[in-house]
Amino acid sequence: MSSSEHVTPVHAHIPKVGTLVGVWATLVVLTIVTALVATVNLGELNIVVALIIAVSKASLVAWIFMGVRHTTSLTKLFVVAGLVWLGIMILITSSDYTSRTWTYQAQPWAHNPAGGKSR
Amino acid sequence: MAETVVPIHDHTVEETHLRHHFATPEQQMDAATLGMWTFLITEVLFFGGMFTAYAIYRGIYPAAFASTSEFMNVKIGATNTVVLICSSLTMAMAVRSAQLSNRAGLIKYLIGTMIFGTAFLVIKGFEYHAKWVEHLVPGFNFAFPEHPEFAHNAQILFFLYFCMTGMHALHMIVGLGLLTYLLIQGSRRVFHANYYAPVEMIGLYWHFVDIVWIFLFPLLYLIGHWHL
Repeated sequence: MSSSEHVTPVHAHIPKVGTLVGVWATLVVLTIVTALVATVNLGELNIVVALIIAVSKASLVAWIFMGVRHTTSLTKLFVVAGLVWLGIMILITSSDYTSRTWTYQAQPWAHNPAGGKSR
Repeated sequence: MAETVVPIHDHTVEETHLRHHFATPEQQMDAATLGMWTFLITEVLFFGGMFTAYAIYRGIYPAAFASTSEFMNVKIGATNTVVLICSSLTMAMAVRSAQLSNRAGLIKYLIGTMIFGTAFLVIKGFEYHAKWVEHLVPGFNFAFPEHPEFAHNAQILFFLYFCMTGMHALHMIVGLGLLTYLLIQGSRRVFHANYYAPVEMIGLYWHFVDIVWIFLFPLLYLIGHWHL
């Protein structure tokens, strides 16, 4: 292919200005909401609400600003795989720390010379 | 909004920077996007390690973590969140301008993004200085007379605070360097509707850094905010 040869144009998905500004406004509103909700005592739910809002904001940025909605299926698969790997890291590390303090319990259905007492 | 869309001309292979192993600029763009996302996933796992450490220690010392909230400036944190969201909008507009071969728009929005990015770092610098003055830097001058019972474990949160916001700030500084590169290339008329991959890829990086902060803000600033 010589360099003077012309190539077919890229069919870009050009976002509408209104869409981008709409996402921006939603992100600003959600930032204010998350700061206000944090001043109310919801007990254990405070962190749940904060994370739901943060995940929503991150999804908006990824889907619209980063244009995941217009990427190939392979790219979408990679993005999801990355999140799954993050989940594996958090889940297995947490299960380790949670179960470290668990004491061994004797299993009465198994043969136990100690007579069923925990070791 | 009435907007004059610059008609997309056919570009030569040289102008589109099409490498010989790709059939079309579109295929080359898809490959670049996939590669950039692969890199961003390694970044997700890099920051994810610190978020995991945060989750573990917050689970072990919830009261000590909550006691740190009165030392976090929520107004500054929220302001910086909005500043970064604004920078993401201008970055998205910069990519859009490049897609439309709008050179003036590209340069305008790149400069806007850099101004917001710099503003974020300046505000962050004032915040770090306040932490130093208030003796909240673990390992250097940490003192926690308000809650002596948490003096030991609250340091873990401040250690995570400086690690996470510090790594985030470092990514912002790298991002500003990349934006400077785009600004130089953009002013040299390198980018147009059939070649804007660097703008798009650095845009992805910039938005990713924004996403990290979207999680850092509630997790570091709003832990025990309702106590106050």
